[in-house]
Amino acid sequence: MKEIRLVDSSHVRRQPAFRVGDVVGIHYRVREGEKERVQQYQGVVIRRRGGGMGETFTVRKVSFGVGVERTFPVHTPLIEKVEVLSRSKVRRSRLYFLRELRGRKARLKESALDLAVAPAELDRGAEAVEPAPAGAPSQGEQPAG
Amino acid sequence: MASAFPGLLGKKIGMTRVFEEDGTVVPVTVVRAGPCVVTQIKTREHDGYVAVQVGFDPLREKHVNKPMKGHFQKSGGRAFRHVREFKVAGTDGYQVGQEITVGIFAKGEKVLVSGRTKGKGFQGVVRRHGHKGGKGSHGSMFHRAPGSSGAGTSPGRVLKGRGYPGHMGDVQVVVRGLRVIEVRESDHLVLIGGGLPGANGGLIAIHREAV
Repeated sequence: MKEIRLVDSSHVRRQPAFRVGDVVGIHYRVREGEKERVQQYQGVVIRRRGGGMGETFTVRKVSFGVGVERTFPVHTPLIEKVEVLSRSKVRRSRLYFLRELRGRKARLKESALDLAVAPAELDRGAEAVEPAPAGAPSQGEQPAG
Repeated sequence: MASAFPGLLGKKIGMTRVFEEDGTVVPVTVVRAGPCVVTQIKTREHDGYVAVQVGFDPLREKHVNKPMKGHFQKSGGRAFRHVREFKVAGTDGYQVGQEITVGIFAKGEKVLVSGRTKGKGFQGVVRRHGHKGGKGSHGSMFHRAPGSSGAGTSPGRVLKGRGYPGHMGDVQVVVRGLRVIEVRESDHLVLIGGGLPGANGGLIAIHREAV
């Protein structure tokens, strides 16, 4: 087990510690034929699931009136950058209720985004990234600064 | 030379996954392999065949039985839990006491892995041989039984290969065509693409060519 941790730690992508309820901007590398470009995708994180190298998160947004959800592996090298744009106070780990809501009802209560926390998380290794549970919101911020 | 050594013993640690540059996910098994120490060199003159015997997983002397103690004394005094032979083309360049590490493997190299599968106990034909079994209901009265073992007077015997219930698993198997994904020499770890036989913690042998 400790060897697996060790292996994982060298493959982990270091990302700001975003959690469920955050509005994030994902810079995702896409290949179109021969060319490669960076696509941006912005929305609310409605789920983080799994652990270790298999962890994924789902980002929901409403595009031209159509709800769109994309799931990304947390540690894929195709993610160039994750920007945490705002943080909301949420009380559950899976924001599936947003699917039923439209417009003003689909808003979340914003909470202060402590920017001092996010960059610090960047420098923490796998041990720190891994335990961030899907249900992070209720647990409050872990160690860091 | 050591760099051409045909294989290594290791312990299966468990599985995880790694990403390739293009985002492809590769399932990998982490193996702690080596360092193995040459304990004996078998020669055609003395033993009738050519091989190099290596030990893996050091043991304290009090855990070694007397016959093995004698053997280890002859081969440098270091005791090991596992001792296996690897066939080699020639014994030139090998000497007793020499250490072999995961450095012999290169990233991307094709390897074979032999190990003992997990024991499944006594299993019926459906699980053991992939028989289809009968209907669960509708009055079929034939569920998971082996059924007929063949025709009657002609051929008058049971054909070879007919599957029966019995003990499944806990056999030595070789998995071919695996790829080395990563070698971490300082940690004695190898990442091999795909699954390997046996439980985590089990002994496996990684071979660079056909066994």
